[in-house]
Amino acid sequence: MAIFSTQNVTIKGISACVPKQEVWNIDYNWIPKKDRASIIKNVGVESRRFAPRGVTTSDLCFEAAEQLIKSLNWDKNDIELLIFVSQSRDYMVPSTSGILQDRLGLSHNCMSFDIGMGCSGWVYAMSAATSIMQVSGIKKALLLVGDISTINVSYRDKSTYPLFGDAGTATALTFDDNAKPIHYNLQSDGSGYDAIIMPHSGVRNFISKKSFEYKKYENGIHRNMFHLTLNGIQVFNFALREVVPNIKKTLKYIDKTTDDIDFFVFHQANKLINDTLRKLLKLEPEKTPSTLQHFGNTSSASIPLTIVDKLQNEVSTKNVCILANGFGVGLSWGSVVFELDNISCPDLIEY
Amino acid sequence: MDINDFIKKVEDEYEDITPGTLKPDSIFRDVFEWNSINALILIALVKTEYDVTIDANDIQNSKTINDLFEIIKSRS
Repeated sequence: MAIFSTQNVTIKGISACVPKQEVWNIDYNWIPKKDRASIIKNVGVESRRFAPRGVTTSDLCFEAAEQLIKSLNWDKNDIELLIFVSQSRDYMVPSTSGILQDRLGLSHNCMSFDIGMGCSGWVYAMSAATSIMQVSGIKKALLLVGDISTINVSYRDKSTYPLFGDAGTATALTFDDNAKPIHYNLQSDGSGYDAIIMPHSGVRNFISKKSFEYKKYENGIHRNMFHLTLNGIQVFNFALREVVPNIKKTLKYIDKTTDDIDFFVFHQANKLINDTLRKLLKLEPEKTPSTLQHFGNTSSASIPLTIVDKLQNEVSTKNVCILANGFGVGLSWGSVVFELDNISCPDLIEY
Repeated sequence: MDINDFIKKVEDEYEDITPGTLKPDSIFRDVFEWNSINALILIALVKTEYDVTIDANDIQNSKTINDLFEIIKSRS
């Protein structure tokens, strides 16, 4: 089982950047007003941020990173690890991490690579970054995590269009002999790979003219093969089946109970899923901050974005213990337990 | 486990249903507009209240409230 702890690494700061443009689901005129109200109430998304065409995840992450480096007063030459986590890279070839390393003015001694993951991406990347730092002694690292999801969904698909928003985030890690350990429990189940998929987005079904032909699947669901498809009920049942046992096992491994955790920061999937997880774990609503209402599902950015938008005051003025859980596309899911002790957490940036 | 409790829980969960109108032999697709969000609400209710997982097939194969209740009973 991929349950383990890393030593000597701590989070020093988290920042987030969203596009200025806000799109409201009450205006989503592809579906009747009654359905819009039902989506807003049950999916929990009133509005989300839309990046203009041509603006990429790396642009949002760049802004978040610049701001975080400045607020931490870091010397860029000390940053020797950069991981970019996204499913909306600048190019299929090359990786985006190098573009960011260069654009941020980091040195050639900085190792950089991409991780192509979504909902669970921040948790997985934390495990990779902290493991590498523990082994190598690398002093400073950046995780740049986010997605532009709005570009991949069909306006004429009510099952995806109202759900997603765009965001980029930066997480700063440092090597510290006195750091508390960080704990992980990571899992995957590729048998559900097609529950959330863009069928013609890679090499398996290579893109052609046919990829862009719209097809009607159900009432209110029209899309082409390049668009994101999402099997809501399958994902819902996966989350209800897997997330709670993963969290319980994680807590058992570190000999803690839910009372020992100050905040549970879940991937922001949708309100129905997140409320159900909260009820199953018997958690108070105050312990489970949410950014669904005005940012929607922001893929891998959801956990750091929720910390910046909802917990800024707590994490920058005291020591809090957080359990974060990302779950979704892959299918992939995992928990991470960590402390944030008076970290640098600048205001949310609008780009 | 009592079907009347289940009915009450379902009535509480859906705004569209007038309390007291739902019966064990009600065909739930006729009671309110059947769409994926309403299906998710039902799945969440059953998981939270009974710790039973029902999926799309279970809903597909059930006609009445009682059919669903039998599935829940058999798994709890």
